[in-house]
Order: sequence, then C-alpha cells, then structure tokens
Amino acid sequence: MKKRISSISAVITLATLFAMPVELVAKEMSGKDLTFDRKLGNCLACHMISGGSQPGNIGPPLIAMKARYPDVADLRAQIHDATVANPNTMMPPFGRHNILSADQIDKITAFIHTL
Amino acid sequence: MKKITITMAIAAMLSSTVALSAQQSSAVQADIDAYQAYFLDRFSNVSLQGFSKGPYAMSDDKMMQFEAVMEMPPFEDLLEKGGELWEKPFANGNTFSSCFEEEPFLIRAAYPRWNAAKGKVDTLEQALVDCLVSNGEKKWGTGKGKHAWVAAHLTTLGEGTFINVIVPEGDEAALAAYNDGKRFYYAKRGQLNLSCANCHVGGAGMRARGNTLSPGLGQTTHFPVWRGKWAKSKGDGFGTIQRRYGGCNKQVRAKPFKRHKSQYDNLEFFHTAMSNGMEITGTEYRE
Ligand code: HEC
Ligand code: HEC
Repeated sequence: MKKRISSISAVITLATLFAMPVELVAKEMSGKDLTFDRKLGNCLACHMISGGSQPGNIGPPLIAMKARYPDVADLRAQIHDATVANPNTMMPPFGRHNILSADQIDKITAFIHTL
Repeated sequence: MKKITITMAIAAMLSSTVALSAQQSSAVQADIDAYQAYFLDRFSNVSLQGFSKGPYAMSDDKMMQFEAVMEMPPFEDLLEKGGELWEKPFANGNTFSSCFEEEPFLIRAAYPRWNAAKGKVDTLEQALVDCLVSNGEKKWGTGKGKHAWVAAHLTTLGEGTFINVIVPEGDEAALAAYNDGKRFYYAKRGQLNLSCANCHVGGAGMRARGNTLSPGLGQTTHFPVWRGKWAKSKGDGFGTIQRRYGGCNKQVRAKPFKRHKSQYDNLEFFHTAMSNGMEITGTEYRE
C-alpha cells in the first residue's frame, strides 16, 4: 500500500516536471519578469525597484536611471559585469559568469532604463 | 637535592602552563583587533557580546521575535537527547567524556584548536566522530541529527565560557592553516561571485530581500543552532557551523566542500578566532 502511494506520487512529480518546459515556452518572459524572477535576475535581493515587493538594501534604489545612465550601453555594462567598476562589489557579474544570457541582459537593461 | 627537585618541578610546571597558554601570534592578534574594531565602530550601539545575536542584534523588532522564540525553545527535547547520548556508555563501557581531557563545560571553548602533533586544526565536531571510531562504534553522519545534538549539548554546557583560539606565535604551520582559512573567507566564489566577507562584513546589517545579514563577528558563539528553515527541510532543525558553511557556499552557487576537511576546518579556525573574547551563549534559535 505504502509502495503504491509513493509510486503514484512519483508519477505526479514526473508529470509536473514534463509540464514545466511547455509552460516556459508558452510564456516568454519580459524584461520586468526577468528582473524580478528569484532564479534569474533576482535584482530585488539587493535593490529597491518600483513595482517589486520586499526589496533588499545592499545596492542603491534603481530610480531615475535615464538621468544616471544617459548612455544605455553603460547601464548594460554595469549589469554585464559590475566588477569592472568596483572589483569588490557585491553585485554578481551577470554576463561574465553566465548567470543570464546576452538576450536576457538586453531585456533587463531596457526595463531598468525605463525606471 | 630536595631544593633542586622542587625548582625543577616548578620549572616543569611553568613550561607546561606556557605550552597550554601559548602566546597568540602577533599577526593574528592584529587581525582580530582590526576585525572587531570595524564592527564596534560601524555599529556603535552594539556591544562586543551583543554581536553574538547576529541578525537579531541589528534591529529591535527582530530581537523581540528572537526573544519570544527563546522563551520556549522548540529544540529542548533534542538538546536533552544530545545530553543523553553524551552520557550513554558505548558497547565497551566508555562514554564520550573518556575522549576529552577537559571538564565537559570547558570542551566547547577549547575548540577549534591547533594540533601541533598532527599539523592540523582539530574541531569539536570531528573529535566527537573520532571518539566513536576509537571506541569501536559506528560513525555517525555529520552536521545534523545526533552529531549536532551532542555538539549542541556541549555548547549549552559551555555557556559563559569564552572563545579563545590561539595560533601559537612562531608556529609556521599553524599560521599557514589560519591564513588558508582567512583567504577562504575573503575570496569571492561561486557563480554569484561573493565572499563570506562581502555578505558578513561589508553587507552586515543590510537586507538581502527579507534576510538581514548577520555580522561575521559573533557568528561562532552559539553553534550548532536550531533553524526553522532546516526544520522544514531535511533533518530536525539542528546544524553545525560547517553545515552552515555549506549552505552559504550553495547560496552563491558554489560547490560546498566536504565537512571536516582542511578547507572548512581552516575556515572555522580563522572565523572563530575573529570572535576571541566573546562568550559562548549556548545553542540558539535562528530563522
Ligand atoms: C547581491 C547584491 C546585488 C544584486 C543581486 C544586484 N545588484 Fe546591482 N548593485 C549592487 C551594489 C552593492 C551596487 C552599488 C555599486 C557597486 O558596489 O558596484 C549595485 C549597483 C547597481 C547599479 C548602478 C546604480 C547606480 O546608481 O550607479 C545598477 C544599474 C544595478 N546595480 C542594477 C542591477 C540589476 C539590473 C540587477 C539584477 C539583474 C542587480 N543590480 C542585482 C548589488 C547588487
Ligand atoms: C550571498 C550572501 C552570503 C554569503 C556570500 C555568505 N553568507 Fe553566510 N549567511 C547569509 C545569510 C542570508 C544568512 C542567514 C542570516 C544571517 O544569520 O546572516 C547567513 C548565515 C550565516 C551564518 C549563521 C549565523 C548565525 O548566527 O546563525 C554563518 C555562521 C555564516 N553565514 C557564515 C558564512 C561564511 C563563513 C561564509 C563564506 C563561506 C558565508 N557565510 C557566505 C548570506 C551569505
């Protein structure tokens, strides 16, 4: 009986595993989704960002970004590898360490630039 | 003749006390002073002993939550089991205490310590495992479960004793082990590229999402801890300091090291020395 229950739950787990990729394909993530997702950008871990809840305060609030980054390429460079500007920074080098793909960084950069 | 014997006896006594209370390496003492001064300066409203409360020392709100939990600690049963296991004779009739020279309440603060004969750092948690083996008992799994309960029992008995890790002046091998732990502490690692110091020195008191980062000073006064988060996942909530090291390595997507090998032993040696002069508080609750 116990065995049967565990094999039923195994089937359910497998089913959810297989269902997942389909879901990911179905829904393309926006720059905002990527920024807030805990497994991807997870930028809220350290930054206050308008629209996100429970932000950390390790980094500065991401506000008035156009004023601070007139050239969007500079913003992208900061997200790609923050250690260039500050070698001991706490901000992970999202591009250099392949935490995010180039395309994901482009989308996040575009979203952050609107803040 | 008699006089000579007495003089010799006194000389022998003196040299043995010298060996016991070997002088701290001056380089290490300078590190400790600088490390402690950094926190005492930056958080001028927290006392040296106060840092042992970690994230709870950083906010009155958090401290109230902590105190509420500690009024009726959720881990008392397991702590008691740790005490029973400590007293329980092995098949050969010995108990754990046969493996230790110190009185039980002095054991926690006696570790980690440099073992000059073996040329390595000894930790209390490894000494417990070695004790099982030398008495012909089966090894226990480390880091949680029974292993952590017994260690927590000793931490609780040790309440009020003081951390005093010595890296003997002039002992090159001891200093090398200490420096290895120090390098580990300040080295960025993992996909997220963060060092222990990034989060627990520079980031101390800041929030990563909802988590307040504890100051590195005082992190070793109360381990093993009972963590709500561990109680919800594997095991029963208790974890040793080296279990925590593994968790902090995983958080930055680095591969954790095996417990009780040189990497974490040397880290524990350095990390504990930084809290020299702080009181063991007994086992505590953490979120
Ligand atoms: C673990 C902490 C952490 C995470 C996660 C993090 N950052 Fe940062 N960030 C910082 C810190 C700290 C700074 C301050 C500058 C420095 O030290 O490099 C910073 C600076 C910045 C800046 C420069 C701000 C300015 O005013 O110049 C931008 C832009 C930025 N981060 C964007 C992001 C984005 C986008 C993400 C997520 C993809 C992110 N950060 C994730 C810690 C973090
Ligand atoms: C990404 C940030 C981060 C890094 C890097 C990190 N930790 Fe942590 N650590 C945390 C968080 C979050 C907690 C849980 C809250 C707290 O107590 O600080 C924690 C808790 C701890 C605790 C428990 C403190 C207590 O009183 O319960 C210890 C000990 C610890 N870390 C040591 C280390 C060591 C040693 C390293 C390096 C090997 C390290 N940490 C690296 C974030 C980090």
